[in-house]
Amino acid sequence: MTAFLAALLLGAGYNTAVVTIGAAILGGSAGAIGTFILLRKRSLVSDAVSHGTLPGLALAFIVMAWLTGDGRDIVALMAGAALSATLGLLCVDWITRRTRLTEDAAIGAVLSVFFGFGIVLLTVIQSLQTGGQAGIAGYLLGSTAGMLRSEAETIAVAALLTGAVVFALRRPFTLVCFDEDYAATRGIDVRLTDLAMMGVLLAVTVIGLKVAGLVLIVALTIIPPVTARFWTDRPGRMVLIAAAFGAAAGYVGAAISASGRDLPTGAVIVLTASAFFALSLVLSPVRGLMSGLVTRLRFRRRVHERQGLLALARGEAIYDPLTIKVLRRAGHIRADGVATLKGRAAAAAAVREEALWALYRRLHPDEAAALDHQGLVPIDRALPPDVVADLSARLEPALTGAR
Amino acid sequence: MNAPTLIADQGRTLGQNHPDSPLAISGLTVSYGEKPVLFSVDFVVPKGAMVAIVGPNGAGKSTLIKAALGIVPRIAGEVTVFGVPYEKARHRIAYVPQRASVDWDFPATVRDVVLMGLYREIGFLRFAGRRHREKALACLERVGMAAFADRQIGQLSGGQQQRVFLARALAQEADLYVMDEPFAGVDAATERAIIAVLKELNRAGKTIVCVHHDLATVPEYFDHVLLVNVRKIADGPVATTFTSQNLQATYGGRLAAAHVEEVAVVREAAGEGR
Repeated sequence: MTAFLAALLLGAGYNTAVVTIGAAILGGSAGAIGTFILLRKRSLVSDAVSHGTLPGLALAFIVMAWLTGDGRDIVALMAGAALSATLGLLCVDWITRRTRLTEDAAIGAVLSVFFGFGIVLLTVIQSLQTGGQAGIAGYLLGSTAGMLRSEAETIAVAALLTGAVVFALRRPFTLVCFDEDYAATRGIDVRLTDLAMMGVLLAVTVIGLKVAGLVLIVALTIIPPVTARFWTDRPGRMVLIAAAFGAAAGYVGAAISASGRDLPTGAVIVLTASAFFALSLVLSPVRGLMSGLVTRLRFRRRVHERQGLLALARGEAIYDPLTIKVLRRAGHIRADGVATLKGRAAAAAAVREEALWALYRRLHPDEAAALDHQGLVPIDRALPPDVVADLSARLEPALTGAR
Repeated sequence: MNAPTLIADQGRTLGQNHPDSPLAISGLTVSYGEKPVLFSVDFVVPKGAMVAIVGPNGAGKSTLIKAALGIVPRIAGEVTVFGVPYEKARHRIAYVPQRASVDWDFPATVRDVVLMGLYREIGFLRFAGRRHREKALACLERVGMAAFADRQIGQLSGGQQQRVFLARALAQEADLYVMDEPFAGVDAATERAIIAVLKELNRAGKTIVCVHHDLATVPEYFDHVLLVNVRKIADGPVATTFTSQNLQATYGGRLAAAHVEEVAVVREAAGEGR
């Protein structure tokens, strides 16, 4: 525990500090590019990319072992991984465009073939008479224990660069994700933008292989963006929040793994990211389970208030205890159930609202059906002013002088 | 309408022939596979016109504007915008896509969408400043949506979404507005609000081109019409071109005859109502 705490607080030596910071930057970049991949509805592609790296990784190891006697050269391994992942992406693209298979089927096919081939190559590596076979296993599930300082620095700098690229291209990325036709008319090359998006995803995946492992790195590009969606309705903020969740997951994962336990980093990172996701699922103020409950309760109160006010307007007696409670709390009725002045005004307003909404439902049934909470929010907050003016004019021709 | 003359008319290019036209199209042909969606369409939009593109479903109306704007690849034909190739005058065009073409659950507020229209003005790397946000709000004000600036776009009704798209186009301060079915699935009040904004733009000298599906409102809203069904059937001022004969030719067959009659009845009824 103390080793973990020391690592968490960057007190476990320079090496470990660089590794944890590098993992955090990587998580941030992965969350940022993952957001755009998610909004482009291509999250599955990141799975193809990560599994597609394995044959290249293994081949690079074999070649380096043959040439230098030790296959664990991080730059060569990254290059090999990038090459084979690119090949995998091209295969997916080719299959999707030239055959009648859909992209998800193509991804499934390419992913399993590449991964299977990579596993065969790993078996070959096990039988080689060379050192460092254990080093390659770390790429499967991720390992930061015993990572070299130079390796960690390479990862940190490369991840920072990809983050910068995402920042620079955020506008075209957002536009293409939202509306590619419109983006094209604004002079954005959609194909090139998609290519850049895939390129950054590929770079982040390859850079993160050593830290998160190729089986689980896909989680870093999917879970943080999905988590971020719970907290915001704005594209820029979603990218930032996803980056923050990704960075936190990468940080904690690397710290635990670096503290010397025999835990694969990738697994810890995924568990941390999932914990954030679960918390957001429950607690999010916009889309979470708790807020859903609060919204339902508030909606119920609004229904009772409206019904109570309409009853007041009609001079009917109210028996429902919740309705009475809601009206009394809002100051619409006194303790003895008699309407206050404020209550009478509110009742008149409610009658008018109800009439306007009824008219709207009659004139524009389709539009009305599509609106949330129709009829229970003040109509001038739910509809544009000219529509409200039109409805009022129809409702009270004498007052507004129209028609 | 024969292709060779379209490419060079008496040695002059399309742009030289129509230097003032906001959108000149010649020999435009688009196909998906071997089935032509549009075949050799020539069309010159007069400056300052309000143009309706009309035709039956699957006639290639949307494809026509998408191909003209470079969204869909064309296999033949030339397009010029204000006398120059499209790529050089892109900034003078505002395109309003079909409402159904985007995912409205996208994490964006109404203001974010309008700000997309200002990306060119804001610059590639810089953030939107206060001036841009105010301008976006002013555009929303013009379509009656200023109060909705901070709403998530998924919470809007169809008519409201269409208004937001129009506000985004307004933000671009273009000279040519190309709209794909702006009145499809919107309520009557929104339709009035949109046409009011379009007429206002038109009075200020802007050119409007709309793919339009409601034959009954063509004479009321537009002054120029293009009738298309894979090939161009006719184009010209509404008064002389929007005839039942041309509509017959566009919609074709007995079914269409009934449809055209129905339109005529609707037009009469609309005329009486006023």
